Amino acid sequence: MLIRIRDESAPAPSEITPESVYRDRRRFMGQAAGLLTMGLGAALPGCGQAGEQTAGKAGHGLGAKLKSVKPGPYGTEEPKTPFDDVTSYNNFYELGLDKADPARLAHRLPTDPWSVEISGAVEKPGTYALEDILKPHALEERVYRLRCVEAWSMVVPWIGFPLGDLLRRFNPTSAAKYVHFTTLYDPDNLPGQKRSLSSIEYPYVEGLRIDEAMNPLAILAVGLYGDAMPKQNGAPIRLIVPWKYGFKSIKSIVRIHLAETMPRTTWNKSAPHEYGFYANVNPEVSHPRWSQARERRLPSTLWSPNYIPTRKFNGYGEQVASLYSGMNLRKFF
Amino acid sequence: MQVHVVERRIKPALFVLCLVPAVSLFYLGFSNQLGPDPAETLVKDLGVWSIRFLWITLAVTPLRKLTGQSWLTRLRRMLGLYALFYVSLHFLSYGTFLLGWSPALLAEELVERPYIVVGFSALVLLIPLGITSTDGWRRRLKRDWVRLHRLVYVIAILAMVHFFWTAKASYYEQVVYLVILIFLLGFRLIRPARAAAR
Repeated sequence: MLIRIRDESAPAPSEITPESVYRDRRRFMGQAAGLLTMGLGAALPGCGQAGEQTAGKAGHGLGAKLKSVKPGPYGTEEPKTPFDDVTSYNNFYELGLDKADPARLAHRLPTDPWSVEISGAVEKPGTYALEDILKPHALEERVYRLRCVEAWSMVVPWIGFPLGDLLRRFNPTSAAKYVHFTTLYDPDNLPGQKRSLSSIEYPYVEGLRIDEAMNPLAILAVGLYGDAMPKQNGAPIRLIVPWKYGFKSIKSIVRIHLAETMPRTTWNKSAPHEYGFYANVNPEVSHPRWSQARERRLPSTLWSPNYIPTRKFNGYGEQVASLYSGMNLRKFF
Repeated sequence: MQVHVVERRIKPALFVLCLVPAVSLFYLGFSNQLGPDPAETLVKDLGVWSIRFLWITLAVTPLRKLTGQSWLTRLRRMLGLYALFYVSLHFLSYGTFLLGWSPALLAEELVERPYIVVGFSALVLLIPLGITSTDGWRRRLKRDWVRLHRLVYVIAILAMVHFFWTAKASYYEQVVYLVILIFLLGFRLIRPARAAAR
């Protein structure tokens, strides 16, 4: 049964900027940037690369689907972080440690063909081509806040579908208490996975409790800003759990495994006192090395750093707080 | 190398060269070319430049002894003062752009974040070295000047600890600087020991 929860804060479909308009804005910004760089004598090397990673590359049967994206619930009216910032400032350590590395090295991530293994406590396990994974799902746009554990945040118009809808298709059994996700492991193509002295292990593993995974806020995203997912943002398919710190929203998923046991997630294994399994956004619980009470909403500038207070569950408490009732969130951080 | 070449040519050129990272970082920062989160980038880069200048200063003596170019010592004071300059900019940028000089935030950071305390201690210890870097202080303090300025080894170790503590997914960069530091400090331990043995 589909339970539709009405969300008062969601913008009406009519309030959302039509695709043609924001695409036009991007074209205008691109032209303006072009004029500027000409004027400055090409002062910005590498600028505009990000856009090339996405333009016109909607594989996996996404082309038609992207044309019929419907606005989804739980949206925010906060200003969106510009496309160029969303696609040029990324933590995707498989592609390098610097925030600019993923956009620069994105071409090295092989995404076509792509398949996802669904395994463990499901009645229909198997390895499925991404086209088949996506086929029955209608895509919607979800404009979500993304709060990084490093105390910066963005607002991103993701395109995807509810994770719960996918999981139900494969009939989870009663043993399915947790969902484990794994990122592509391909050290020949992903330089970060070969790096010595890394404090995290690959492949990257993340996980959710099954009730978290079934929450309608959790989506699998296959695109952003109206287009297929740029590689640096975790193409071709990634998780988005907006009430948790960004590192929970695992990128470039190749395996979804349901199990009775809690997964040992990558960051938790690397530094258990700094990164918990839950990693719910919580201004009251500091990271040992910095405060989580506020965040820089990007783009930030030195003139106006754009600091805003961080909200519990990243402002999605209405949808998810009940998942954690009775839990001590200082202990289960 | 003749003294006037060092004083009139090399020193002024080096002075300008050492300013380049700071000028370019602040220029890029204030003209919005350091990415969408310039405060973080600026503070981090100034921190790395602080370590670099500390290490370069510590490299002067080993370099002089290995090459026999005694004029290199004439550059040491300026390089050390630049280390203080970059550490100060690192701290001031952190206070201004990441904390907005909020007393509550600053107090919380200094009480609850040990790596901030370690980094801050390095800055505090570096200040007296900067003040007593003049010829006048050197004459007045005599042998004590040398002893006081040995603090730079403590400062370098504090800076290294602070830098290690900021590591996230990789220790690669930190280990590179650690290996260089071990060489720079080890050189000072091994050379006198060998000389004594002879």
